[in-house]
Amino acid sequence: MQESAFLLGQVFNGVSVASLFVLAALGLALSFGLMRVINMAHGEMLMLGGYLAYMTLAVVPGPLGLLVALPVAFLGAALLGAVLEFTIIHRLSARPLDTLLATWGVSLILQQAARNLFGAIGVQVIAPGWLDHTVAISSGVLGGLTLPDTRIFILLVAAIVLGAIALLLNRTRLGLYVRAVNQDRPVAAAMGVNARLVDLLVFSLGTGVAGLAGVILALLGPVTPTVGQSYIVPAFLVVILGGLGSLVGTTIASLIVGLFTALIEIFVDVSLAQVLLLVFVIVFIQFRPQGVITVRTRALEG
Amino acid sequence: MTLLDVQAVSSAYGQSKVLWDVSMGVERGGAVALIGRNGVGKSTLMNTIAGVQKLTGGKIMFDGEDVSAKPAHGRARAGIGYVPQGRHVFPQLSVMENLTVGLAALSGRKGLSESGIAAHIFELFPKLTQIANRKAGLLSGGEQQQLAIGRALAGQPKLLLLDEPTEGIQPSVVQQIEEALRRVRKELGVTIVIIEQYLDFAWSFADHYHVMQRGKIIRSGSTAVDTAADISHLVNI
Repeated sequence: MQESAFLLGQVFNGVSVASLFVLAALGLALSFGLMRVINMAHGEMLMLGGYLAYMTLAVVPGPLGLLVALPVAFLGAALLGAVLEFTIIHRLSARPLDTLLATWGVSLILQQAARNLFGAIGVQVIAPGWLDHTVAISSGVLGGLTLPDTRIFILLVAAIVLGAIALLLNRTRLGLYVRAVNQDRPVAAAMGVNARLVDLLVFSLGTGVAGLAGVILALLGPVTPTVGQSYIVPAFLVVILGGLGSLVGTTIASLIVGLFTALIEIFVDVSLAQVLLLVFVIVFIQFRPQGVITVRTRALEG
Repeated sequence: MTLLDVQAVSSAYGQSKVLWDVSMGVERGGAVALIGRNGVGKSTLMNTIAGVQKLTGGKIMFDGEDVSAKPAHGRARAGIGYVPQGRHVFPQLSVMENLTVGLAALSGRKGLSESGIAAHIFELFPKLTQIANRKAGLLSGGEQQQLAIGRALAGQPKLLLLDEPTEGIQPSVVQQIEEALRRVRKELGVTIVIIEQYLDFAWSFADHYHVMQRGKIIRSGSTAVDTAADISHLVNI
């Protein structure tokens, strides 16, 4: 195997991990930017997406199961997100610390619910046949490079989701209202924008995207009641690194975290790589506390 | 006929009360000036009418409907347009996008075919056409003020609340804004409530005035009967 092929393989791994991070972190970033809310139960939206994929594939086996699972997981997680926003987060909106505690409680409840329903041991989602290939390059400079189809699929899903959200934010009336509320909530409301509804929709959209990330997680490993927990930490790192509330920032930060981890793992083992990642983020934040991209929102001015 | 009827309205920031049983009526098509020194509650009263500030007592009737319990967006949709002090345009949005946000007030009132940005806004403020694609945060104070008024007018309000629209703006632009507001009143038939420190303009523009002091209206009258000199001692320090 050529060295360049190995390096490119690691870069590709990094980018595909980054795609997962971006999907996991997007909802956190959007809802923090807009509502200044930190949802500790966000990881459980990934978990829900994973279990919904498992159940969908049980009902719709065969090659198309996965394509049905994606919208099911999106809608399921979005619906749960909407319920969570409506019943808890909105009611605690003026008290960020209480929101943190309350959503942490929700996170524990959801984990236990999953344990009761599906058992503590994970369930397995088997990737359909059409994802069971690898693109392999056998000769040339990149000889020996293998790209598994699942990882290409993850990349595609993340690209489509990012593109769709960018279009929604920049090209639709709803997206315009989201940006207006983000910049000046009371004035946007005085112009006739239902800021309350905007909050609900954005939060629900964010949890829906996390549900999609859950389907992808299910392709990579078993779905367990605590599967969300292992992704929520990197997701928070991405949000902090990206500059809160920015789509571009979140994407760049995901790439930084994904590539950093993948490339450092060439030299050190996985746990040391995690340590170095944390060190890197801490140092980065010292020099650029506002993150990669600065979005001036009134929510962050206080 | 009364368009806006503020009935014994109180409001507070936390524990400190800033409006004490304020009552005020505004006739349809009229223009009313709110006058008083800084910190007497003029802006709070206006924010309370717009729904940006909660009222702690009293009632606000608008166009025959009790809007006291309506949130800010509901009042905008009922026809209350608001131009906040300090303009508060959306800095990261373009001029065109700012105006488009103003269309939100038309939700549930107009069909989609009627909900474009009315041509008269660009006629009143021709400058906005030239700078349509610029980010609002980069505009001069005068341009931002024209945009803030245009944005409120995009929602086709029945009542326009203006909080010191000429504050900190160069004199040549102040004249343009004053002229535009006269046309808004005459040609569009929009009722206007304006907070104005500059008494000469208040007198030439409004037909009624209310002087506020310590969260109360202490004197009201017609600008045709009283002169600005009669009340200047209540305003000047």
